[in-house]
Amino acid sequence: MTTPVLTLRGLCKDFGAIRATDQVNLDFFSGEIHALIGPNGAGKTTLINQIAGELKPDAGAIRFEGQDITFQPVHRRSALGIARTFQATNIFNGFTALDNVALAVQARDGHSFRFWKPARRVEPVRDAALTALGQVGLVHRADTRASRLSYGEQRLVGIAMALASSPRVLLLDEPMAGMGARASAEMVGLLRRLKDRMSLLLVEHDMDAVFSLADRISVLVYGRIIASGTPEEIRRSPAVREAYLGEEEITLENTATGLQVETHA
Amino acid sequence: MGKPADRRDRAGIHFTRIHLLYLAAGIGFFLIPLAADAFYTRLAGRILIYGLCALSLDLILGYGGMVSFGHAAFLGIGAYTVGILSNHGVESAWIAWPAAMACAGVTALVIGAVSLRTSGAYFIMITLAFSQMLYYFFAGLADYGGDDGMALWSRNSIGGPVDPGNPTQFYYLVLLLLAIVFYLCRRLVHSRFGMVIQGAGENERRMRAIGFPTYRYRLVCFMISGAVAGLSGALISNQTLYISPALMHWSRSGEILVMVILGGMGSLAGPVMGAAGLLLTEEVLSEYTEHWMIILGPLLILMVLFARGGIYGLLSPRRES
Repeated sequence: MTTPVLTLRGLCKDFGAIRATDQVNLDFFSGEIHALIGPNGAGKTTLINQIAGELKPDAGAIRFEGQDITFQPVHRRSALGIARTFQATNIFNGFTALDNVALAVQARDGHSFRFWKPARRVEPVRDAALTALGQVGLVHRADTRASRLSYGEQRLVGIAMALASSPRVLLLDEPMAGMGARASAEMVGLLRRLKDRMSLLLVEHDMDAVFSLADRISVLVYGRIIASGTPEEIRRSPAVREAYLGEEEITLENTATGLQVETHA
Repeated sequence: MGKPADRRDRAGIHFTRIHLLYLAAGIGFFLIPLAADAFYTRLAGRILIYGLCALSLDLILGYGGMVSFGHAAFLGIGAYTVGILSNHGVESAWIAWPAAMACAGVTALVIGAVSLRTSGAYFIMITLAFSQMLYYFFAGLADYGGDDGMALWSRNSIGGPVDPGNPTQFYYLVLLLLAIVFYLCRRLVHSRFGMVIQGAGENERRMRAIGFPTYRYRLVCFMISGAVAGLSGALISNQTLYISPALMHWSRSGEILVMVILGGMGSLAGPVMGAAGLLLTEEVLSEYTEHWMIILGPLLILMVLFARGGIYGLLSPRRES
């Protein structure tokens, strides 16, 4: 097996008396979609925030391509190749779609202490931004203000911004949340196309999407990884069934028809 | 909706209604000394100088989302630099004015380095606290007038045919400097640096996530803003030939803030209009009553409630939202 691009070892994070992350060990490989599922409040976003660098773990280590990044600031990790999207749409409303992505390109291009030339006339930046917008199929909306884009389009802009930095690891926090069936299906197609070039960590409640996309699924409950394996293994795991679904007599096969995991939360 | 009536002329210059407005304002200010008496030239000069100061605050407030409530500190530092240098025999504007900018810039660097680690209400409080500290420092500086302030013997000299001692020449010098700074700031806000500042103003967390160390960009912007405010301080001390700690009192910071909000944040031209609006209202209303603030207050409230874009927003074509 190849070496993982990102590893988490013994990661712990407490919020007061609550243990949000409990001894988490995970490996992420390039070319793989690794889905993280679990009930609401299981600590999925907390884990993403630690990988992205917004939260410092209380114990444990995060290694990226062999380098210890546990205490690197957010912007350094981003420069190294760890990009993320946010749960809530989180783009710059005052800018156009293209401006948004161009900013991300600019971040990749080294420092921005450039005071003279108008940013919108820097062709290499504009071109790279258009390419990233093209990857998510939004070139025709390039000059539309972000606040006027549809919800699904705003999420795509968020992904294009992450892609603009040519990341090795892409952290996706509920990319399908609040999307209609068609937009979700398009997103599934997009993520499938992306996985060849990078490692994707997918946090998602849409079980259809998770089971059809993921190469590996880890189940997080109360901050602890209770199972990790292929979709087939997770589907059959009695531990997952018990912890995840509680007393409800529903088999995980049913999730393939759109069962939402929040039923237990 | 409200698409600006742009047209591209042969030179490829984008001409909009707002550009015509700049042109009209420029010509208007240019004509004042020719058409009006010394009193109005002084008043117009005061508007330009405070406009310059408000414009510098707009860089960090309107574009960078940093609500500084201590901007008068930089105005005061600039003025005191000119005053203290003059006290020691340095009269050349070529030395005094850049020195005023440098001192104010360094002060901003120090204040910003601490304040920018906070945000929101804490940032407002810390900038206010710093400016009050400086206020009391200069109020206690007995060698340079202390509480009473100090008078300047004469305006700084420039050499050649230019004589700032002549009120009309000084006025045009101020107008020229404002025009230059305005142009430079416009370049700045649309540059890559400016995009980073605007992005960090709207969503700092997101900016970090895409890889920007936002702190250092904001700090540099804060420093530039402080330096420009320092220049306006140098100019105001030359205009009035008098420097006192009152220049850096917190109420002065409030007035500059009001100019920016009244004129329209994030527009650069707006704050100059705001300075004109505030100073003219003060001038006119104080003819009738010394309690002119009673009338200005409600006016401001109406402005904030119904015209968020300020004067600039009322004059320029409606932006797409």
